[in-house]
Amino acid sequence: MSILEIVIVALIKIVIVVGAMLVTVAYLVYFERKISAWAQNRIGPNRVGWHGALQPFADLFKLVLKEDIVPDNADRKIHALAPIIALLVALSTYAVIPFGPDLQIGGYNISLVVADVNIGVLFILALTSLGVYAITLAGWSSGSKYSLLGGIRSSAQMISYEVSMGFSVAGVLLLSESLRPVAIVESQSGWMWNAIVQPIGFITFLVSAFAETNRLPFDLPEAEPELVGGFHTEYSSMKFAGFFLAEYANMIIASAFIVTLYLGGWQIPYIDKLGLAPLLETILCLGAFLFKMAALLFFFLWVRWSLPRFRYDQLMNLGWKVMFPLSLINIVWVALLIMIFGL
Amino acid sequence: METKTKRRRIKDLNFWEKIYIPEIVKGLSLTLRTMFKPKFTMEYPEVKFDPPGSYRGRPVLVQEENGVERCVACGLCSRVCPALAIEVQAAETELEKERYPEKFEINMLRCIFCGFCEEVCPEEAIVMSKDYELAFTNREEAIYGKDKLLIPVKDLQDRIDFLRQYK
Repeated sequence: MSILEIVIVALIKIVIVVGAMLVTVAYLVYFERKISAWAQNRIGPNRVGWHGALQPFADLFKLVLKEDIVPDNADRKIHALAPIIALLVALSTYAVIPFGPDLQIGGYNISLVVADVNIGVLFILALTSLGVYAITLAGWSSGSKYSLLGGIRSSAQMISYEVSMGFSVAGVLLLSESLRPVAIVESQSGWMWNAIVQPIGFITFLVSAFAETNRLPFDLPEAEPELVGGFHTEYSSMKFAGFFLAEYANMIIASAFIVTLYLGGWQIPYIDKLGLAPLLETILCLGAFLFKMAALLFFFLWVRWSLPRFRYDQLMNLGWKVMFPLSLINIVWVALLIMIFGL
Repeated sequence: METKTKRRRIKDLNFWEKIYIPEIVKGLSLTLRTMFKPKFTMEYPEVKFDPPGSYRGRPVLVQEENGVERCVACGLCSRVCPALAIEVQAAETELEKERYPEKFEINMLRCIFCGFCEEVCPEEAIVMSKDYELAFTNREEAIYGKDKLLIPVKDLQDRIDFLRQYK
């Protein structure tokens, strides 16, 4: 492929990924409201469009029309910068997630990942930790005690859970011997999914992912009953929409990342035995990836409407006294597996 | 008095409860089952709530079959009204009841739906209806005169039966 073709293909991939992501965010919000309603014996939004299908766009329209209020005490520049950081981080992480195996169309071999970089996993970990800055700066620059408390909680929580998250990922890396997301997916062929090989690491990573995305039961930075709105108390209009979008985008990244690391990525076990046409197989694999992602997203929503919020000291106890040792045990477990079975 | 359920503390939990996960699975299965249960929401403008006779909607005046109100303008309802929502002006009439309300106004912004007016009425002339759809766009509209208050007796039969049975 010439340089021009590579650029065009990359641009097309970026547009498709970002577009699909934004639509997914919109409908994730819709399903969050629907599932919360169903879990509480209600019907949920059903007025705008077919069964309320246009509700997210009505919500967005409302947010656009709202007045943007910045408090007097706020540091205006940082106040405006914080949601931009949140969005930037949330949108750029998609670059390294592999959505499917290579696609062969008209003699071209297109890999279904925007940027197949060698340090993909590090890239994601680095960017998601940058996301803390958005929340902390938002809390600090608002000039409100509730926002500040939310921001402080967020940074403490992220530091605690980043540790166990990093150690859980180490278990995966021991098996795949690479930081490339594509290589990690390929190392989980057949039923050798990391969720099955190292269940402890899977659970610690899953819990840490909940904490990283500020989802209930770990949504202390925005704990409504205690902190009004937490770090986004003083945000309105499109700045608030930026945080809102980033939160849901982070959820999608978290589930895509978990699928890549632990649930075999796009792979369907033993699909090569069926002898399907390569194009059909690629499409099925892409579908499998999206299905696994959707299932995890449903899990995220389901947990939110089932579990109560942790108290702050319980959160810290769980992070340091339970999740951290468990993730260390997981590394030892994986090392033993490699030593004994030579995986 | 002895309570039946003992309060459980962290030290009372057994091993499986302490590691959270089985308990979390229990909670998740409960919400999942709830998701598929029938919903109780009434989709209001299309489906309307039909209240039983004991429901206290807006107070109305009973209109007999011959088109005359039962009210004899004694003013007890106006007197008992804790929110001072009722205004009655009496006048004389040739009919057997001798007095009738020339003007009868209920300010629906003041009314608190307590039902005292109905309780105190000696003639069963003011009763609480089933009407709960009260919306106005200005304060003048919220003052209901006789034109809005008079409701034929047959439409209020449910409430009158309820009153005769329980009052």
